[in-house]
Amino acid sequence: MKIKFWGVRGSIPSPGPSTQRYGGNTTCIEVRTDNNDLIILDGGTGIFTFAQQLVKESPITAHIFNTHSHWDHIQGLPFFIPIFIPGNTIHLYGAFDPISGAGPERIMNIQMQYSYFPVREAEMRSRIHYVTVMPHEAIKIGETTITPTLLSHPVVNLGYRIACNGKSIFFTGDHEPHYNIYEPGEEGYADYQALIEEQSQSIIDAMKNVDILIADSSYTNEEYPSKKGWGHGTFDSCIEMAMAAGAKVLYCTHHEPTRSDDDLEKVFAEALARHNCKNLDVRLAREGDEIKI
Amino acid sequence: MAEISSELNKKLSEAVGKMPAFPKSVQRILELSRDLNCPPKELVSVIEKDPVMTMKLLHIINSAYYSFPKQITSVNQAIVYIGLNTIKNMALSFAVIGVLPQHNAAGYDMQRYLMHSLITASLARLLCQKFNKDGTDPGDCSLAGLLHDFGKVVFAQFMPEEFKQAMAYSAEHKVPLHIAEQHVIGIDHSEVGAMLVEGWQFPKNLSFAIRSHHNPAEFKTTLQCCLFVADILSKHKSLNYGAESDREIMAELPPAIAERFGGNLDEIIVKLGDLSNVVAEAQAFAQTSKVTPT
Repeated sequence: MKIKFWGVRGSIPSPGPSTQRYGGNTTCIEVRTDNNDLIILDGGTGIFTFAQQLVKESPITAHIFNTHSHWDHIQGLPFFIPIFIPGNTIHLYGAFDPISGAGPERIMNIQMQYSYFPVREAEMRSRIHYVTVMPHEAIKIGETTITPTLLSHPVVNLGYRIACNGKSIFFTGDHEPHYNIYEPGEEGYADYQALIEEQSQSIIDAMKNVDILIADSSYTNEEYPSKKGWGHGTFDSCIEMAMAAGAKVLYCTHHEPTRSDDDLEKVFAEALARHNCKNLDVRLAREGDEIKI
Repeated sequence: MAEISSELNKKLSEAVGKMPAFPKSVQRILELSRDLNCPPKELVSVIEKDPVMTMKLLHIINSAYYSFPKQITSVNQAIVYIGLNTIKNMALSFAVIGVLPQHNAAGYDMQRYLMHSLITASLARLLCQKFNKDGTDPGDCSLAGLLHDFGKVVFAQFMPEEFKQAMAYSAEHKVPLHIAEQHVIGIDHSEVGAMLVEGWQFPKNLSFAIRSHHNPAEFKTTLQCCLFVADILSKHKSLNYGAESDREIMAELPPAIAERFGGNLDEIIVKLGDLSNVVAEAQAFAQTSKVTPT
């Protein structure tokens, strides 16, 4: 499989001289399977740059897996040119949202309303196919299996494990490790802790022994307390998760939008120094980087 | 007993999905949702005290869309699996529907119903914690207590005339309400409650307990026994929180049940100790206050 990062920034695009090396586009990851099937993880603004290349390859079939419906993971989708070109086939996969009672079709429907976008949803000329996926229920694309797992974020967020011919990738989308809502000693603490441990273990199991883990490491340990509950991990929580899962390579992504390239490298190095990552290769995700496994 | 028709079951399920919740929880959810730093445990304690909110939340979470490996029976579980903010927004979407009227067309006292449900829930949990021998989850007993009479609210809300007649029949003929319901409506609240819970993918043991809560002869599980004794105890003279319409004040437990709990009602009450907290907590929640949902 081949992986390419088209967007690694969290929350909001952050172009400018201080983010030039790692890139300012929001989340989008291209995955090419061994059969050259095209899987795209999230449609943040990075998908627009990618679309320029794809247009030359028309007709295409793209399988876009949406981790969750926050802006930085969907904003590029109305600008994904292949959706307007007849002959292309786009499958958009995503979770059921219990608040709206809708699946991934709503991601396009909401964004392409008159007030927000000049082209109507009905004017997308490609074949678009929406699939509401369920946690633990695998989807097959050729020889590749994609398995969604529920993670922890302020909106329903699915992590995806992509497995093909013995190689595997896991992408978290956005994820904050679970924390107890009760104080130690309070009634409810122990029961809640048991629930957390069970769920955390099932998340570790879902990413067990992956070749590549791409995980949300928005914050530093110092920043985290004031961002608790916002739904993001830290460099340290990602390293610990990757080691518990036995991942071979960890890519830290969802870079905090106000963090300059220099600062990003600095806080990353500090986090690495706190851990003994013997069997784990930890890297910063960078826009434009390609990996083969 | 007459079976509820699948058409009526579907109609009631849909109606309950749009049913407003109790005034206090609606008020608290609206307050909490305005507070950015609302303590999550407060949100939990509000939802899990409201039978309508609990029913709706567990219904959505247990729906086929998430295919959890096991059925979810608590608000805390729902938070760990699906996320705090999503649960908060679900509660808010329930709250903005409005509030259940205190005075309904059936003349059924909703506040007293809520008191009875909350006390039965607490007692069922306590009984399970004290007398459980087979690993039954006290949380499941509490949930059964909270929801066991849900069928009555459904009757009061959606079949008020028939329910009113059933309550009158029960008073006139001095028979328990569920017998009167069978006579007047053709089906009783335990069956309606169980059907709803079943249709909404709640665990089977919960629907068994709700369906059988007036038929101790059928009991097999700890959950059924804890619910039954909790229901009887809450109507007992020392607590006196039966539903207004109850004509089933029982002085003695059936021998097999008494044996299971190592004594009869008076002895169980002694073993449970001071229950004033249970009543005070329920009262704090069930007392109504005027709210105008925004």
